[in-house]
Amino acid sequence: MIRYIIRRLLQVIPVFLGTTLLVYYMVFALPGDPIAALFGERQPPQSVIDALRSQYNLDQPFWVQYGLFLKNLFTFNLGVDFTQQPIAATLARIFPVTAMLAIEALIIQAVFGVLFGVFAGLRKGKLFDSTVLVASLVVIAVPTFVLGFVFQLIFGVQLGWAKPTVGANADWGNLILPAVVLGLVSFAYVLRLTRTSVIENMNADYVRTATAKGLSRPRVVLAHILRNSMIPVVTYLGANLGGLMGGAIVTEGIFNVPGVGNKLFQAVQRGEGPTVVAIVSVLVLVFVVANLLVDLLYAWLDPRIRYE
Amino acid sequence: MRFTRTSKALGIAAIVALAVTGCGGSGGGGGQAGADPNKVITAYSNEPQNPLLPANTNEVYGGRVVELLFEGLRAYGPDGKPVNALAESIETADSQNWTIKVKSGAKFTNGEAITAKTFVDSWNFAALSTNLQNNGFFFESIEGYADVSAVKETKGADGKTTSTPAPKAQTMSGLVAKDDSTLTVKLSQPEADWSLRLGYSAFYPLPSEALKDPKKFGENPVGNGPYKMAKETGAWVHDQSISLVKNPDYNGPRTPKNGGVTFKFYTDPGPAYTDLQGDNLDVTDVVPPNALKTYTTDFPDRNATKPSANNSTLNIPGYNPNFQGEAGKLRRQALSYAINREEITKVIYNGTRTPAKDFTAPVLDGYTDSIPGNEVLAFDPAKAKDLWAQAEKIKPYDNSKPLQIASNTDGGNKEWIEAVANGFKNNLGINAEIQPFAKFAEVLNLRKAQNLPGLTRAGWQGDYPSLYNFLGPVWATGASSNYEKYTNPEFDKLLKEGLAAKTPEEANAKFNKAQEILFQDLPGLPLWYRATPIVWSNNVVKAETGWNGGILYYNIEAK
Amino acid sequence: MSNNNHFVAPVEETPLQATDSLKTDQAPLSLWADAWRKLRRRPLFIVSSLMILFLLFVAFFPGVFTSVDPGSCQLSNSEAGPRPGHPFGFTLQGCDVFARVIHGTQASLAVGVLSVICVLVIGVTLGALAGYYGGWLDAVLARLGDIFFALPLILGALVITQLPLFRENKSVWTVVFVISMLAWPQMARITRGAVIEVRNADFVTAARSLGVSRFGALVRHVLPNALAPVIVLATLELGVFIVAEATLSFLGIGLPPGVMSWGNDISSANASIRTTPSILLYPAGALSITVLSFIMLGDAVRDALDPKSRQR
Repeated sequence: MIRYIIRRLLQVIPVFLGTTLLVYYMVFALPGDPIAALFGERQPPQSVIDALRSQYNLDQPFWVQYGLFLKNLFTFNLGVDFTQQPIAATLARIFPVTAMLAIEALIIQAVFGVLFGVFAGLRKGKLFDSTVLVASLVVIAVPTFVLGFVFQLIFGVQLGWAKPTVGANADWGNLILPAVVLGLVSFAYVLRLTRTSVIENMNADYVRTATAKGLSRPRVVLAHILRNSMIPVVTYLGANLGGLMGGAIVTEGIFNVPGVGNKLFQAVQRGEGPTVVAIVSVLVLVFVVANLLVDLLYAWLDPRIRYE
Repeated sequence: MRFTRTSKALGIAAIVALAVTGCGGSGGGGGQAGADPNKVITAYSNEPQNPLLPANTNEVYGGRVVELLFEGLRAYGPDGKPVNALAESIETADSQNWTIKVKSGAKFTNGEAITAKTFVDSWNFAALSTNLQNNGFFFESIEGYADVSAVKETKGADGKTTSTPAPKAQTMSGLVAKDDSTLTVKLSQPEADWSLRLGYSAFYPLPSEALKDPKKFGENPVGNGPYKMAKETGAWVHDQSISLVKNPDYNGPRTPKNGGVTFKFYTDPGPAYTDLQGDNLDVTDVVPPNALKTYTTDFPDRNATKPSANNSTLNIPGYNPNFQGEAGKLRRQALSYAINREEITKVIYNGTRTPAKDFTAPVLDGYTDSIPGNEVLAFDPAKAKDLWAQAEKIKPYDNSKPLQIASNTDGGNKEWIEAVANGFKNNLGINAEIQPFAKFAEVLNLRKAQNLPGLTRAGWQGDYPSLYNFLGPVWATGASSNYEKYTNPEFDKLLKEGLAAKTPEEANAKFNKAQEILFQDLPGLPLWYRATPIVWSNNVVKAETGWNGGILYYNIEAK
Repeated sequence: MSNNNHFVAPVEETPLQATDSLKTDQAPLSLWADAWRKLRRRPLFIVSSLMILFLLFVAFFPGVFTSVDPGSCQLSNSEAGPRPGHPFGFTLQGCDVFARVIHGTQASLAVGVLSVICVLVIGVTLGALAGYYGGWLDAVLARLGDIFFALPLILGALVITQLPLFRENKSVWTVVFVISMLAWPQMARITRGAVIEVRNADFVTAARSLGVSRFGALVRHVLPNALAPVIVLATLELGVFIVAEATLSFLGIGLPPGVMSWGNDISSANASIRTTPSILLYPAGALSITVLSFIMLGDAVRDALDPKSRQR
């Protein structure tokens, strides 16, 4: 087991190199001169642009740029972005905020998704099942920008339950509203995955055995059906954590959350290679660790699964 | 000043002229009664892109902070009229040699005195090419600028030329501090409107510590304006806010009516608007596109819309074969006649823009709505069809590809471009569509490389209130923002004559004469002028915008 | 089959002789044929199939449903309400909403269905191989997925559409390619998890001990029993992809501006959300109906494939 974990953690190295290389190259390949774009309609003399290009090593060939990036990385110096801000400080600012948001969203979607999914599965084809089906359709078909906006208007402005935007006050309480919006789309996935798994497992032998043994219904559901239905759900949640951390661009925008999604989007738009790669590097670590945890959970959920 | 994705702020703005001061201002009746001069207000903004150095700040979000932190020789009143601020007097006999008397006793908030030498040092710092200040070119009229801004061009192995700063002098020869209070400036050629620009941020004075370590200074700037940073260090919380407080020693034309301004950063104007609805923010100058029809009802008595020195144009590159020669000229006119400016400004912008009548903006001194040739700005589908048909006889139009209008899509431009394209479709029978780009840089690249497949949107926000500022940098041969490389020697000549004119009236007459040539050539189609709708919260008595559409933060009364 | 042996693959599927590739090929047919026999009698399947056929009909013959030209837009009609001949009213640009919903069906369905198919092909194949064989294959494939996972959607999309191949001819396929490239790891991960869960099941061990080849067991016994979460994911992603197209188009990297799609209309409706939100409801409604049909179809297929519910 320990060996398995160590081996998995060692695999981070090639993934890390592969991702940074790929992402760095992609930013490198983006069309448009990022420095010229900083100035907009009114361009400064070419010498200013060229000097800035060399300051950010943009005048170097790709391999040199990437090499410099790696070298800086191993000396724990991530450099500065186009607004002269140290990238390390930016990372330290945005990741805690987004981590809070993602964890809240994950908890919301996991708890409500599983809860509703189990009930929908147990009452397959009944009114409750159909209701949550319609609800998940709404969540899928109505884009986040609308959902976020409506929530903001209702809970933030009209009811005044929460501040409409988060801004500088990113704490667990203020992040609830965006976390709900962020968790909603994935909530539909969790719900339907749970529901389907529960339906599959309801008729399994061990469930009948358990019922026949005289176990109470809640105990059968919790200990037998639910535990055995969790593998796809856990897989999804683990994979989704990354999406929540890096892909919450729309939600972070609507609620003005100073987090990873916002920054990443901005950095891609500006063609800021070092910032993009730095953010993605951290995200990769999150993915790898999350996926490892998921794999370890498999073994706990289903004793037939073993790692050696 | 630029329009980029970051200044989408302004992009979204808008209206005009006579139109609408709307319900605005009426809330201000009570005025001073309930006003609390020490209350700090919060305002919409976004993270500035550069350290807060006046000569390095060329985008709106940094610009609005710098303007409050510093005071120049002149300042612009709410109507755009320049008034002397630090200058006692500004005199010239020939529009080429200027003598400026600096008021004595002015100080930075760190106690350093501001003298004529302060200006000489600050301007030389800004112009010197090795300092890489974005607004260095604002000093290009001063004698000796060519030397301090000189560059060396080297050709790389790959054939690319790189230019590196290689100044031949460290200071501009035309700039001299005669004594503590006398500054003389010699321009390389006469420029009647030169003194108009002295209120622009590039010309602000800098304390000596700024010249020593500009980067460090830019984090925690020390100025001489109506406000100062709320803390000596750390008042700028990156990606979150910048806090300013009233400068108690300030003694100029822009006396603060509130205790301070905290700029809260938003990556999108929509949430800021919603925050305002919940009184979680006090004022914004960007009403999101989907609220243009509701802002007067969402904020009854708490909104204002005033014209500003901004315009939008649709540029037609001269290198497009469909728009060359005699046929091209007819087609350019046809396109202009096919745009229903009246309807688009009403339907898409709900009157927050007004149809253009020239290539400048109505708030400027010398503006006229009756420049000969501007009848092409009227909507006349019959005439449009007729002109197009005439052009077809000369040279058939290549309709194999739709006529594309290039734009970045993140600045609220999609809606009006689709409307214009539909107008072309309906009134000329040609296929037209938006050519969307994710990044402003891509459009800019195509424009710089003379590689646009169709038309492109363009816009200009005045740096300083002058007709020339809307014509020279955009349409003069070889000008810095003339990306489509329009050129007409006669136009250039009239501009030059205007600059050399003895009086502003004479100059404006020449500039408007030059516009007649633009109307004949139509290198771009003037579309509309922007106005800036603003809304404010229940914590504010009233707010207003200045000549360039920026909120006059110092004038906001809080309650 | 009776109740007490349903964990073991049915006898008729399991050749008792030495493994023979010809014969192993025949067996899955009976599984799918069996599923098909059950499927076509299920009302859920019939209803959802009819709905999908109807959507396809709309996609290919939009002219049957509306004679209004969706590309002809008069600003004077901007955000106007319904009137005879224009049952859903008009968009901000003054285009007929009904005509746009009808004409947008083709591109939206194409993007959604084709992307899901691509994601299924790539994701299920790689995920199943990784989960079933484990070891170094799993390590390589799963880590490859991690790399793609980490790519920011916009960055990937921006770069992919700049490839010379795509720069000049944007089409439905560009969008499908971009979406598939970035969405397959999720599918692979879900498949892998499901396969890992199933591969140790008794019936797989039984089949193997009865002489079914390792790969044969994967295709015939493991995969069919691992499909449930895959189907759930695929049906929901169909809707998400159709909406994602709008994001890509808005960034200028999706469908060409002339092509109509629900996603485009949904994102354009943002400009009217405070004044005429109904403009949003129609394309979003069409999207919901599409997703609903496929969810129902997915449910029906899953039920039919589930060996545990066979006797019902």
